[in-house]
Formats: sequence, structure tokens, C-alpha cells
Amino acid sequence: MNILQLLGSVEIGLIYALVAIGVYISYRIIDFPDLTVDGTFTLGAAVASSLIIANIDPLIATLMSIFAGALAGMVTGYLNVRWKILGLLAGILTMTALYSINLRVMGKPNITIIEDATIFGSQSVIIVSSIVVIIFIVLLVRLFSSEFGLAVRASGINPKVSNSYGINVATMKLFALAASNGIVALAGALFAQSQGFADISMGAGTIIVGLASLIIGEALLQPKAIITSLVACVIGSIVYRIAIALALNANSIGLQASDLSLITALLVAVTMILPKLKHR
Amino acid sequence: MIELQNIHVIFNKGTRLENHVLKGIDLKVEEGEFVTIIGGNGAGKSTLMNILAGDITPNKGKINIDGNDITKLPTYKRANLIARIFQDPMLGTFADLTIEENLSLACRRGKSRRINLALNSNLREHFKSALAEVGIGLERRLKDKVSLLSGGQRQALSLVMATMQDSKILLLDEHTAALDPKIAKSILEMTAKVVKNHKLTAIMITHSMTQALEYGNRTIMMYHGKINKDMNSEERALLSPDNLLKFFDL
Repeated sequence: MNILQLLGSVEIGLIYALVAIGVYISYRIIDFPDLTVDGTFTLGAAVASSLIIANIDPLIATLMSIFAGALAGMVTGYLNVRWKILGLLAGILTMTALYSINLRVMGKPNITIIEDATIFGSQSVIIVSSIVVIIFIVLLVRLFSSEFGLAVRASGINPKVSNSYGINVATMKLFALAASNGIVALAGALFAQSQGFADISMGAGTIIVGLASLIIGEALLQPKAIITSLVACVIGSIVYRIAIALALNANSIGLQASDLSLITALLVAVTMILPKLKHR
Repeated sequence: MIELQNIHVIFNKGTRLENHVLKGIDLKVEEGEFVTIIGGNGAGKSTLMNILAGDITPNKGKINIDGNDITKLPTYKRANLIARIFQDPMLGTFADLTIEENLSLACRRGKSRRINLALNSNLREHFKSALAEVGIGLERRLKDKVSLLSGGQRQALSLVMATMQDSKILLLDEHTAALDPKIAKSILEMTAKVVKNHKLTAIMITHSMTQALEYGNRTIMMYHGKINKDMNSEERALLSPDNLLKFFDL
């Protein structure tokens, strides 16, 4: 692996760190395995690139993609809290619907924005996405140490007792899913702008990549506080990208780029099985 | 004053599994009363608790607290009026949060939760003195996760959490049933002390005749969804736990 490939991995790792952070909010904080993210990642990319080719300011385009993602997250939340549809299924339903919506938004299966002005301007992707990641970590740490944020966490830990302390668990879930999917859509928007295109199938497997990053980060940092957990998401995401690049580079193993999903799924499965073997 | 008027609860209404759990409960609890409730399994004690807490809406009847009808309010909307300690110590608190975070949540029971920081040095001082009241050293462990505490310690913490915010009534749902006799005794002593110091109105379910007569100032016995005995302190004073047991054979 050369330095260029390393930088490329860090770059993508930083953008996908936002995916890991989004997954952390749904999966860990409110204990909701949310598959919507596969659709919202693409949604973020679709909204941002469609607006950019319509000559909208890239910053506004990016903000709109966050908003669209949050809305999609709330749809999943609404299906779950209002109509008691199983969380997994609610996510799959929204994700499926988003496939059509994303095609509508883009008007065609892919959009190229390589010539257009992006949020990165003339800056390096690594610097801009580092700043974005840091801003979100600071905001989230502050949020989750507030009275409101603590209530969000409490509702994920013990919904029944939360209720008896006056916490509206349904609202907290809606909020967390909106935040989670908004952040994932932002990742999609940044990814599209850094790579110069949006594609209808770019979100496939987002949940597993997010989960893999989260699990790797947690294994490395053993986080106890929210801030360490968020940093673990970033580190996990970058390590994941470097590991993938190394595996694909090692010609002797004979892996090719299309094996990525298989490796990722195996990685997540093994990391989830290992702790259970230890407890035997 | 807490007032239950003709409360009926029927589970699985209209099916073969229909179960008429509460059959017209009328109950008035005055401010400052500490009521103990006894009754066999299936008598409807826990359902009565859940009705008050809001986890179950009665099929018929009304619940008033200080003249306000709360019958239809969901649990989270009546949390400002009701404090509750659960039976299972492992499930009654937020295990993955620290002691101080648990207390901070309890501090805002029934209030709006803002984006202010949930913890600060003033609050921590307040928590320390509140924890010192139960005297088991929790005030030195503010930053420990609740998952590190024993069942007894968690129930003591629950008790302190219940007093962090005013309430019209404190519901104690067999809150010592899962503890060993010695710890149960000390939690009950703690409960009696806290109820007295904070002048709380409380309802406690218990399976122990001795506890029912020893604590509180009024005892209610339930049988098959009805209240079949309601004893004030004078009447209770004449009874021994063995006498009380006889009523179970009614």
C-alpha cells in the first residue's frame, strides 16, 4: 500500500465515520437496529448532487441533504412508535421506499458532479471532513450531557422506567432516528461531493459498514463515556478502511474489490460471536 | 387527595380468556397517609398500582388526584404527580448510567427537559446530601454506574430518586420482595424514614403480614378484585399478623 492509498483510506474513513456515528446513535443509544441508513446514505448523496447540478450553493445543498435524511429517519420512527411495526421492518420499509424516492430525486441512476463546485472547494477532503467530524462530535457530546440528551439515553436503556420519570419514549426515539439518519445523509452528501458522483446503489451495505466501524472502534478503545464512543466510531471507520485496502492489496490472498461485502459481513459476524465464546 | 371511583379492569374483554381483575374499587387516600396493601396472588394489587401509575387504563371508573381527573393520562404525562419504585431492583433504575445521571433524570421527573447541562456542581452537592440521608455511602460513588450496585443499593437509590421531585403519591410495588430478609428490613426502615421526613403520601404492596401491620398507618386487604378490609391505625393495632392471615380464608 502506498501513501496515496493510505490517504484515500483515511479520507473515506473520515466520511464514513459519520455513518458509524449515526449507527451508534440508533444501535447503541436507543437500541434500535435501523436499516434505513442504506437508503438515507444514497438520499443524502442524491439530494446534494441534484441541488449542486441545479447551481445551488454546495453548503445549502449539503444542509438540505441532512434535513432530508432526518425526515426519512422520522418516517421509520413513526412506523415503529405509532403503528408498532417492528423496528427492523420499519427500517426496511423506509429503505425500500427510498430507492424509488432517490431515483425520483436524481431523475436517473447516477449524477456526475465532478466539474461542479463542492463544499470542499479547493481544500483537501481530509481537512474539511475532519472539521465536520469534530464539529459533530462536540455537538453530540454536548447534546448527550444535557437534560434532554440524558433522557434520550435513558429511554434506550430502560423505556419503562423512563416513562415513569415523565420521559416520552416515543418522542425520544423519533428524535434519535432523525439525528442518526440526518448524520448518515450528511455522510452521503460528503461522499458524493468528494468522489464527484452520486449513484443509486451507493448506499447498499451502509448499515453493515457502520456497524463494522463501530465494533472495531469499540474493540480498540473500550469506550465508557459518550465522547470515547464517538471517537471510537472515527478510529474504527478509518481502521476498517485501511484494513480493507490492505486486504485488497495483498495479491497473494487473491481477493478482489467485489469481495468487500463478504469480508465486511464476516468481520461483523466474527466480532459479534467472539465475546459469546469467551463467556462459555 | 387520591380518589379512585368505581374502578373496573377487565383483561381480554370479550374473549374466552376474559379476566375481571378489578371489580369496582372505591378508595380515597388522604394526604400524608401511608397505606399498605395485602392480598393473595391475583387479588389485583399490582393492577391497582398500574392503574395509578398509568400503565393500564381502567375499562370503567375515574381516578382523581386533588380533584383533577387523570384517568386517561399516559404514564409519562402524570409522572409529575407520581413517584414509583419497582419490584425488580435490576430493572427499576438506569443500569448503564451513573448514580449522578440517574439522580439528574429523577430531578426532572414530570418537568421539561432542556438543553441545559444535566449535571453541575450544585446538583452534585444536592445529590450527595440526599444520598447521605439513606446512609449507605452512595454519596461517595456518584460517578459509578448503577450496574455496579447490589439490589439493596439500587432500591435505596430508587428511594432517593423518588424524593428528588415533589409527588402527590409514592407507589411502592413490593419493592423489597427481591431482597434478602436483612436487606429488605433495612430498605423498609429507610422507606419509612424517607416517607416521614418528606411527609409523603404512599401506597405499598407487600406479601408480608408483619410488614403490612408494622409500616404505614392504614392497611387494605384485597380479595378477588375487591377491597374486603380497610383498617385504620386503631383497628390495625388490635391485630396480629396471624389474625390477619385468617382473613385470607374468607
